[in-house]
Amino acid sequence: MGETIIEKIIRHNTGKNVKPGDIVTVNVDRVMIHDIFIPFVAEKFEEMGFTKLYDPEKVILIYDHLVPASQLDDTRHFRIGDAFAAKYGMPHVHRSDGICHQLMTEAGYVKPGDVVFGTDSHTTTYGCVGAFSSGIGYTEMASILGTGTMWIKVPETIKVVIEGELPVNVMSKDIILRLIGDLGADGATYKALEFTGSTVDNMSVASRMTMSNMAVEAGAKCALFTPDEKTAEYCDVTLNDYQKSLKGDEDAVYMKTITYRAEDFVPVMACPSQVDKIRDVSTLEGTPIDQVFIGSCTNGRLEDLSAAAEVLKGQKVADYVKLIVTPASRKIYKQAVDQGIMEILADAGAIITHPGCGLCCGRTGGILSDGERVVATNNRNFLGRMGTSSVEIYLASPRTAAACAVAGKIVTPE
Amino acid sequence: MENMTGKVWVLGDDIDTDIIIPTEYLAMKTIDDMKQYGFSPLRPELAGQIQKGDIIVAGKNFGCGSSREQAPEIIKALGIQCVIAKSFARIFFRNSINNGLLLIEQPDLHDDIKEGDTITVHMNEHIDYSGKEYPIASLPENLMNIIQAGGLVGAMRKLNGLD
Amino acid sequence: MGMTIAEKIIAAAAGVESVRPGDIHTVNLDKMMSNDGTTHLTVDMYNNQLKHPHIADPKKLVFIVDHNVPSDNPKTAASQKKMRDFARENGIDFWEGKGVCHQIMLENYVRSGELIFGADSHTCSYGAVGAFGTGVGCTDFLYGMVTGTSWVLVPETVKFNLVGKLPEGVYARDLILEIIGTVGANGCNYQVMEFTGEGARTLSISDRIALCNMAVEAGAKTGIFEPDEKAIAYLEEHGRKPKAIYHSDPDAVYVREYTFDLSKIRPVVAKPDFVDNLCPAEEVQGIKIDEAFLGSCNNGRIEDLRVGASIIKGHKVADSVRFLVVPASLEIYKQALKEGLIDIFMDAGAIVMNPNCSVCWGSCQGVIGENEVLISTGTRNFKGRAGHPSSKVYLGSAATVTASAIAGKIALAEDIH
Repeated sequence: MGETIIEKIIRHNTGKNVKPGDIVTVNVDRVMIHDIFIPFVAEKFEEMGFTKLYDPEKVILIYDHLVPASQLDDTRHFRIGDAFAAKYGMPHVHRSDGICHQLMTEAGYVKPGDVVFGTDSHTTTYGCVGAFSSGIGYTEMASILGTGTMWIKVPETIKVVIEGELPVNVMSKDIILRLIGDLGADGATYKALEFTGSTVDNMSVASRMTMSNMAVEAGAKCALFTPDEKTAEYCDVTLNDYQKSLKGDEDAVYMKTITYRAEDFVPVMACPSQVDKIRDVSTLEGTPIDQVFIGSCTNGRLEDLSAAAEVLKGQKVADYVKLIVTPASRKIYKQAVDQGIMEILADAGAIITHPGCGLCCGRTGGILSDGERVVATNNRNFLGRMGTSSVEIYLASPRTAAACAVAGKIVTPE
Repeated sequence: MENMTGKVWVLGDDIDTDIIIPTEYLAMKTIDDMKQYGFSPLRPELAGQIQKGDIIVAGKNFGCGSSREQAPEIIKALGIQCVIAKSFARIFFRNSINNGLLLIEQPDLHDDIKEGDTITVHMNEHIDYSGKEYPIASLPENLMNIIQAGGLVGAMRKLNGLD
Repeated sequence: MGMTIAEKIIAAAAGVESVRPGDIHTVNLDKMMSNDGTTHLTVDMYNNQLKHPHIADPKKLVFIVDHNVPSDNPKTAASQKKMRDFARENGIDFWEGKGVCHQIMLENYVRSGELIFGADSHTCSYGAVGAFGTGVGCTDFLYGMVTGTSWVLVPETVKFNLVGKLPEGVYARDLILEIIGTVGANGCNYQVMEFTGEGARTLSISDRIALCNMAVEAGAKTGIFEPDEKAIAYLEEHGRKPKAIYHSDPDAVYVREYTFDLSKIRPVVAKPDFVDNLCPAEEVQGIKIDEAFLGSCNNGRIEDLRVGASIIKGHKVADSVRFLVVPASLEIYKQALKEGLIDIFMDAGAIVMNPNCSVCWGSCQGVIGENEVLISTGTRNFKGRAGHPSSKVYLGSAATVTASAIAGKIALAEDIH
């Protein structure tokens, strides 16, 4: 019987044929810990009685939620992280290089077919290069650091097929938002998503990243793309036979298959305060806004900044509206400088911050107050995530967000 | 495990981890420092009202969102003995088991229950409420093992020959 | 009897021929600036405590959000919204996230000969182009907003005669720290610090801003330079002309005079927790730091970024250090982009932030934690100013701060090869 991508990865990892529902123990290729949780991971690790890491080379520590520090106790996390890394000989610590999920793939820590866990729900992102990656809590992370293994239940797979050419103003963000709307916020809980079709084949790795990143908003355990030439180039590898094999077999068993025609997509937004409350932007036009945020592990990449710059070139951000741009990584920031994108954004009046999680994690970077409304390119619009409970958060693509910043209200990107 | 009886707090669908504990408070030093802010975006007064032994009954997708383990830890620290929901989000489910917070899936109770009422959970069997029995499934063995070890920390200490 | 430049500006604003120290005059204010530190309080007073709320001339007012931008919590966001809404309703010029207030004022508003109140102590910066700028509280600001006028007690003037030229590797920042160290943190209380002499003329406008900006750290009401061709050229570059050019009369009366030989100034550092706790930079060399800050209204200009970039090019920030680089305005950021300076800082591992007050103000972005040590080009090193009450702040020049960021401990630029 055929296999889905996730089944192939788990078989390769464990050496056993598996089917959905099986409980297996996997060997972990890489783990990622970020600054918010490192104190808890460190504490649990020692409480568990471990004295060394299963493999220091495989453990990546990234400071991103608290960079730059905004509260008095924030830097305590850096001190604890630095001490933990020094004590256990961890060579990979990123202190101000950008968002964890961006760095994991960009810095080459994750390769196609790997099994990766991170202390962050958006760890699903690495499915963009065909890795099985998922978010876990700090206790479980501590146990992986000691054992190098984790138990998982083999998930069923939902296949998403997208064929055709996307309309001009539609980005991969619009696709994933539409899918989350169709599935519902729990529609893929415990499931693997598998993306396929000509639209997906033609997408950049960055665009795929946006989709695997947000798969968790439908509850998914992971969201996988078949590694191809673009993946190989991005990851700086030559695909081996295993990595090349990571496509769903024709006779694989899927829980269900959802098919879209790319031409049918339109710019959409997730409306307050549910990620699955999806509306066409055209039905929301004219709603006044106070702020726009372009950034996050969902949409803070070069192609996102570039799309925003295309809209903003020669334009100004509307009066009394703030446009906050937070690139996803130091590398992206530098590329945006070199390509003149930063100049365009600065000329338009954007507030360009240092790379990091920024506003998306709700600790700094443009918190709002009662009665304010923000259009944002990140992954969550939960109640109170960017300020008080009455702040309204609309999630959109960078292109739509940039158009809204110029107009000072919700508009379609045309 | 023994049966448990408690007073019920009722919450809706899609109670996310940012509602359970907003990011703003995540860098506080201890769970005890944070717990007063539990559920604050939705019901700021709730954390102060919950009594030890109370039970939360919620709709679908409870705990969706981030991987923050402070979410189940805070619920436990507030004194909640178990959460009953139509369904749970994946990471929250694992985090709860790993911290010894009992989660029970039950599809119908939420539609019938009124806040402030009392229910009794008969482990691995059913829930008694208002003269009616709501069936519940039993936990898989591997998860029961973790709970019986007092959570994942306990299980790992055993592995490392400490307990 | 002659008058000093400060006295002449006040006399003109009061509409009288001459003033003398100790006189109290009602003056017309040319401009008033308020930032997000206190504007919400002023707006509350305006709305709640006045019988007939009225703004004398909205064109004289400038509101600038710079302290907590982008906002870091719902409270500051609410204060800023109040400020933004008020500016919008009353037609007041409003800037948000475009830079530190004093830099924005100097780039866009201040003219030689003007009398300007700002609801921020470092409003004394405007003396760099021969304006009289001074900091006031929000009650004074409210009075000015409603009447367009205020009262001033004419201050005495202290003359700082500058001779010679700063040696290479020594900056205006070292000079002003040396001056404050010499006169003391209350050495010019309520007085004007007038910087003059051939040495003063060698200083760029950026240098002069650095000097005037810190006059308040010696307790002064303001610091001021007589406007010269450099000041006029600066205004012209920014599309403005002086309101009036005043010079101090040869027979003007000074309460004290000091002479500083610029060629003798060496890199210095102000140690915690006072601006006048001065020592040669060598004395504190080797003290381990957790953070370094290059920015602020004192030292976040393109000239300062050039100094930092020239030192750090080809080097890396030490692993144990967070190096915050914060241009003082969006215009400066854009210039730094053009000159490739942002590239250099990013390559070196610095944290390049959007223009704001950053850790100089000790809130929002870059705060330091328990027992941490910061070396800063900011304005103040008071206890707890940059974050945790147990933290320590050293003040130094852009060069010293950058060198320290590379070394991971307080270091001199000449130690970086």
